[in-house]
Amino acid sequence: MSDLTSESAAQRDAILPARSRGDRLNEWLDRNSRHIFLWPAVLLILVFSIFPLVASAVIAFARIRLQAGGYRVRFVGWQNFEKQIFGSEQFHFLGTFGPVSVLGWVFGLAVTAGVIWWIVAYLRSGWTVIGTVGRLFPWGLVLLLGWLLAVTTLSGRPFGTLLTTYFYVLVGCGIQFLIGMGLAFLCSRAIRGRNVFRVLFFLPLMITPIGIGYTFRMMEDTSKGPFAPVWQWAGLGDFSWATDPWAARMFIIIADSWQWIPFVFIMLLAAFENVPRDFNEAAQMDGASEWQIFREITWPQILPVAATVMLIRVIEAFKIVDLPNIMTSGGPGIATESMSLHALFAWRSLDLGQASAVAYLLLVVTVITCVSFFNLVVLKRVRT
Amino acid sequence: MSLFTPRRIGQMSPGGSLITYLLLLAWAAFVIFPIYWLVITSFKSISDVNAGPVYLPFIDFQPSLHAWKDLLIEDWDDTRRAYVNSIIIALCSTGLSVLVGSMAAYALVRVTYAPRFSTILLFVLSLGGALAASLAYGVDWRLAGAVAVAIFVLAVRGLGNRFAATLGNGDILFWMISQRILAPVVVVVPIYMMFQSVGLLDTRTAIIVTYAVINLPIVVWLMFDFFNSIPRDLEESAQLDGATMFTVFREVVLPLSKPGLAATTLLVMILAWNEYLLALFLSTADAQTMPILVAAMNAGERGILWWTMSAVIVVMILPVLVLAIVLQRFISKGILVGAVKG
Repeated sequence: MSDLTSESAAQRDAILPARSRGDRLNEWLDRNSRHIFLWPAVLLILVFSIFPLVASAVIAFARIRLQAGGYRVRFVGWQNFEKQIFGSEQFHFLGTFGPVSVLGWVFGLAVTAGVIWWIVAYLRSGWTVIGTVGRLFPWGLVLLLGWLLAVTTLSGRPFGTLLTTYFYVLVGCGIQFLIGMGLAFLCSRAIRGRNVFRVLFFLPLMITPIGIGYTFRMMEDTSKGPFAPVWQWAGLGDFSWATDPWAARMFIIIADSWQWIPFVFIMLLAAFENVPRDFNEAAQMDGASEWQIFREITWPQILPVAATVMLIRVIEAFKIVDLPNIMTSGGPGIATESMSLHALFAWRSLDLGQASAVAYLLLVVTVITCVSFFNLVVLKRVRT
Repeated sequence: MSLFTPRRIGQMSPGGSLITYLLLLAWAAFVIFPIYWLVITSFKSISDVNAGPVYLPFIDFQPSLHAWKDLLIEDWDDTRRAYVNSIIIALCSTGLSVLVGSMAAYALVRVTYAPRFSTILLFVLSLGGALAASLAYGVDWRLAGAVAVAIFVLAVRGLGNRFAATLGNGDILFWMISQRILAPVVVVVPIYMMFQSVGLLDTRTAIIVTYAVINLPIVVWLMFDFFNSIPRDLEESAQLDGATMFTVFREVVLPLSKPGLAATTLLVMILAWNEYLLALFLSTADAQTMPILVAAMNAGERGILWWTMSAVIVVMILPVLVLAIVLQRFISKGILVGAVKG
């Protein structure tokens, strides 16, 4: 400021308007800063997430033809969805239907009984309207999946991409949770070299899934892969993981677990380390066994974290597409095709309507599953 | 273990300790072996790969550099282009989403917003209407858009005050984070059509913007938690001195949140580096990223050339591997911040 006062009047006149313009800009920025901070993110999400979401819904009800200079869109109502659920694509999405075997009946009725028991238990425990309506979704979903399983694979027919996706999500996440928790538990004990293990176990999470897919294709090769001598010794030299549906699915789960167990591991390791030491000590003094300590002290403490971790993991698991695409291209047949891959294939055959319909069905089951999991497991654990 | 000499905390019996080590070492082998196999395969000659497994370089087989020569000399143009694309896309999209996301997260921590429920409903309705009109009845999309905006503005002016139910910051935050539940495949078809209609398909710009948006929820989530844990006093005293929100953000908040920013940046950068599905839709040649290049090598007539494939995968995962080893603490802290607090 002292510089300013010593300057000549002419200079000051030259400077002041510029300063005031800058001030005005600053003032404007300041006044609107609350909007300027938030709106870029909101706009980006609106344009690249919400708009496509709505547009995708519109496309799912249409048949789109590519033309010179644009698209020709014809609305076909529910046809795209009907085709997936009742029509010519039913085998692809839901599975091949036919007469139900005895095993199928037993399983389906068992699932039905389980759901009825669940409903009764809930109604007895004091129900609310919102609680009941919200639970209708998981009840319906469990019934649907149970009977689908009964009608398809338990009756000796292949199932479609819906159950394959759930297989990846439920079996894959289950395995990842158990092994990840086991490793975290082992690593949380006072052993030497913990940090080396920690860095090492963390690595797979960072590796590009495409790379993992090809690497595990080398692993699975029973004639030239690293385990070829083992296979030949076991007399399984002709066996190929990629031609048997269940083996192919399991192999994708192995590769997926290789990548994602580190995620569960890192999270639960932190949770284990947060369990206060004095609790364990006191229990040990009282002569509790390791298993008792784990069940009574450690497990309740890590449960909220575990539930959150699994929620994140399940959300990501529904998106699985790279590994099946690279490792098996969805084959043999459609055995390893996830719903994301199903939509991708539909897009490749330029059937944008079908692609969007499948993608939307994926969105619906993802949301129902994750919201149910959140409400029934995560919130309950956090509250109690 | 007698009752009077309890073991020290966490100290295990020798047997338990041995089992622990064996299990951990077994898992370490399972983690390392595929990476090891990948690396040695890239140094194997063609006949070594085809004849059956060989395990130890210099003992089992003589390493050869032919795959690396193929990759780095003959196919150098393709590899370099994809590599440069991947680097530029990872850096730019990370920069964009960290900037935009952390600003939004900061605003959600410090400013109270109250968007009207009716406004949001109207917005969605007019958007859907415009889309349906332009797609179904062939109305020009610019016209439909303009009409939708006009209706939206008029309706907000006219109706807005009657339904006063408002949402709060928590709702905005949840809305942003919940975008993560969207599988990319749900939104990618319209994004593809959008970029096609403005001629940006197969450009880095398209992929950068898309990645930035896909990763935005993570940034907002992690940075919200981080900003929330910073004490307010410093910012308030700066504000008393007349600093604007921008100045406070730049001079006070960002320097304080360097650890959080670093963790978030690394995580998002790695996610962008590894992404496959969106790049598959949005790039065909010029904007190809490394995962797309690798996946496309499948298509040769002679089947997969495992030696070259291994070499290119090694090149692809090298940066993330180095980052993961060197900065593991930072990255896992980033993953932890959000989840452990719920």
